[in-house]
Amino acid sequence: MTEKLVIIGNGMAPGRMLEHLFEQAPGRYQVTIFNAEPRVNYDRIMLSPVLSGEKAFEEIIIHGDGWYIANGITLYKGHKIVAIDRAAKTVTSDHGVTEPYDKLVIATGSVPFIIPVPGHDLPGVLTYRDLDDVQAMLLAAQSRAKAVVIGGGLLGLEAAAGLNAQGMDVTVLHVMPTLMERQLDPAAGYLLQRAVEQRGIKVITRANTQAITGKGKVEQVELADGTIIPATLVVMAVGIRPNAALAKEAGIAVNRGIVVDAGMRSNDPDIYALGECAEVNGQVYGLVAPLYEMARVAASQLAGNEAAAFVHMDTPTKLKVTGIELFSLGDFAEGEDRQEIVLRDAAAGIYKRLVLRDDRIIGTVLYGETADGAWFNDLKKKQTDISQMRDTLIFGQSYQGGASLDPMAAVAALPDDAEICGCNGVCKGKITGAITAKGLTSLDDVRAHTKASASCGSCTGLVEKLMVLTIGDKYNPAAVQPMCGCTTLGHDEVRRLIKAKGLKTIPAVMQELEWTTSCGCAKCRPALNYYLVCDWPDEYADDYQSRFINERVHANIQKDGTYSVVPRMWGGVTNAAELRAIADVVDKFEIPMVKVTGGQRIDMLGIRKEDLPAVWADLGQAGFVSGQAYAKGLRTVKTCVGSDWCRFGTQDSTGLGIRIEKFMWGSWTPAKVKMAVSGCPRNCAEATCKDVGVICVDSGYEIHFAGAAGLDIKGTEVLGLVKTEDEALEHIVALTQMYREQGRYLERIYKWAKRIGIAEIKRQIMDDGEKRKAYFDRFVFSQKFAQVDPWSERVSGKDKHEFRPMASVGFAQAAE
Amino acid sequence: MMNWVSIGSISDIPRRGARCVATPEGKIAVFRTADDQVFAIDDHCPHKGGPLSQGIVHGAAVTCPLHNWVISLETGKALGADEGAVRTIPVRIEGERLFIALEALASRAA
Repeated sequence: MTEKLVIIGNGMAPGRMLEHLFEQAPGRYQVTIFNAEPRVNYDRIMLSPVLSGEKAFEEIIIHGDGWYIANGITLYKGHKIVAIDRAAKTVTSDHGVTEPYDKLVIATGSVPFIIPVPGHDLPGVLTYRDLDDVQAMLLAAQSRAKAVVIGGGLLGLEAAAGLNAQGMDVTVLHVMPTLMERQLDPAAGYLLQRAVEQRGIKVITRANTQAITGKGKVEQVELADGTIIPATLVVMAVGIRPNAALAKEAGIAVNRGIVVDAGMRSNDPDIYALGECAEVNGQVYGLVAPLYEMARVAASQLAGNEAAAFVHMDTPTKLKVTGIELFSLGDFAEGEDRQEIVLRDAAAGIYKRLVLRDDRIIGTVLYGETADGAWFNDLKKKQTDISQMRDTLIFGQSYQGGASLDPMAAVAALPDDAEICGCNGVCKGKITGAITAKGLTSLDDVRAHTKASASCGSCTGLVEKLMVLTIGDKYNPAAVQPMCGCTTLGHDEVRRLIKAKGLKTIPAVMQELEWTTSCGCAKCRPALNYYLVCDWPDEYADDYQSRFINERVHANIQKDGTYSVVPRMWGGVTNAAELRAIADVVDKFEIPMVKVTGGQRIDMLGIRKEDLPAVWADLGQAGFVSGQAYAKGLRTVKTCVGSDWCRFGTQDSTGLGIRIEKFMWGSWTPAKVKMAVSGCPRNCAEATCKDVGVICVDSGYEIHFAGAAGLDIKGTEVLGLVKTEDEALEHIVALTQMYREQGRYLERIYKWAKRIGIAEIKRQIMDDGEKRKAYFDRFVFSQKFAQVDPWSERVSGKDKHEFRPMASVGFAQAAE
Repeated sequence: MMNWVSIGSISDIPRRGARCVATPEGKIAVFRTADDQVFAIDDHCPHKGGPLSQGIVHGAAVTCPLHNWVISLETGKALGADEGAVRTIPVRIEGERLFIALEALASRAA
């Protein structure tokens, strides 16, 4: 018979516990979760990247709605438990739901400290704990005004960096003399302060906040020394305390947190507690690694293994601020019985300190270069005697025994039980074992099977090296394929960082993201140019020298160096005057080949580059504009004759095709976009192999996307059915904008869709009206700058240099 | 003998770009790099004759627009795994003015 398991709280710890539990005792429990937050389980460690704009909320979800359904879990979102009745064995939520339990798990996490200064309850004073806080901060950041972060610890600094990235003027107030004094020694704290200040964040240490004042909302912060700092937003990040009030009211033993034994069991044998609200052996925890260890123990206990026990461990601290490398572990206070080894490299901004006792490492602080953190952690954990390598210890593992400085060799040399992923407590042997046993070839596979690199991601590089060491060439680094040889970053990371850091020129991208070449290459430059055009339509000045020749001269280069020209024929419809004008141009410029294209256009091939402006001038006289047949952008919308002419036509497919084309022409996209509209399911416009297609039916418009008929052949996916032409246009435009914002350069829609997932695209475009509207509006905004006919611009003299030789020389001499 | 002929001003060429100079022997591509170095090579890729002047210029190299061969502007040689070379033409910058040396033409004219 299944037992009833009720969980209060839906954070990372209980989520992880359930994963273990379903693995160890599938079907044993019927699970119900009450979550005070109105959402699914997400990675709280990654809130900082969401705040800084480097990640979207969707990217940090751990368990989507589907996971709860698949595991038969009842999830009450937005339900706060207000009472536990231990006698009746029930819990009751603030919405009045009462649920009986056989076993109860309390995972209520922690609550932030609020410094009880006057004004702490003014509107505009926030804490930094969950997505609601982040959203409130993002809203406040839109005003680009001043923010004060109280607290210079891990959370406070991450909040400050995020708000700074969002354009706010940020001041950090820290009551101690140096930042992060619990994790860093004063020297590293000083380096950190300098790095934070270099980002434009002000830091005031020894700052004693006396009051927050303002009329009806926050206006300023006053310090004890009389300093006054104007602010419209105050974030309190001074610490957390276990949220144990509910347990206390129910009569469960509570000290600082809910008191549990090493098996995570409270003094009520049917009630367990884990996560930040739990206290084991007098200790409470806030970092993810021990919390996940609690989850593992609790799951084993619930599965019937009473021997499972939690053991205290030191956990390394890392700061998740892009560009600041920081690692701290263990005890690094000075003492009589301790020696230290320090390495300083001021030029490179590196500081390393090892604290030793009896020839064993007891503490480590690394700043600026943290690659050896895993190795030092391993030496510390195993209490390795380091006397033999004392002289070179600080230089790291790759320096030992005269070994090469190859980072790969360093990883290879790590013992099997060396910890690779600190967040999830995964050691090297477990990763390599899983790779071999399960035949894993991608980073995502390894994350799914071992959890390594699945939380904060800072060990991703190590995991990748392990994959290369274990399976060599079979490792498919698709997830992190660098854009090109000029960078180690992949397309997605570059796109994210362009937005997050507000990079608005190609040199800025290359500088900030540490390109290894002076001005890129033919692969990355066009990609960066597209990303910047897409992300900053009003601010970025298109860099023509970074465009492929076709997009630079608005025609298609041919094998002999001549060009072909395709004028736009909206929806594939033309008339006698247009055809006559084309015929005249063909005669006048002796164009050797005229061809009808697959996209229902006319192509004139073999035009000399020098003649292009004159050809366009004549075509322009007849009303033609560029057909953009050369563009990574909207190419053609192919149509059939639809209800105007066809016996079977159900809607005006020609009209809709023309409307779409007139709305969307000129837009740049990651790769070419070809569309079609068919007037009935007979599909004469072949819409079901296009990037985007519409099949008209009696009841409306069936929107298709992600087809291919080139290197790959693939039928389209159905996005959905809409009733009106207006809706069809809005959905298609929103879909295209989503692709524009997320696609990797040269990645066609069908490949992008495969990567993102059809269901996710449907969710955002079909189901989420707000999102759809936002995509639509961003597309419309960017069209203001994109819809300029490039041919008429060049007829008027733009880029003259492109079409003329610089000089003609030698002819006179030859004639002499 | 070297026959230096003026072909215009450095500002006629966009940075990270190229212009062509027409000669009786075919087109010469004149490149200007991001740091204002100027190079001249035959406008004819050693692979399939693609017009190198139409390529993307990066560092002191150009990528051919037809099949992405990368040609060094300094040596005229194909970089990477490809093998082949184009003729390089001496360039001199006098203030703003650009000159190229047309040796072959000069010797023929002499």
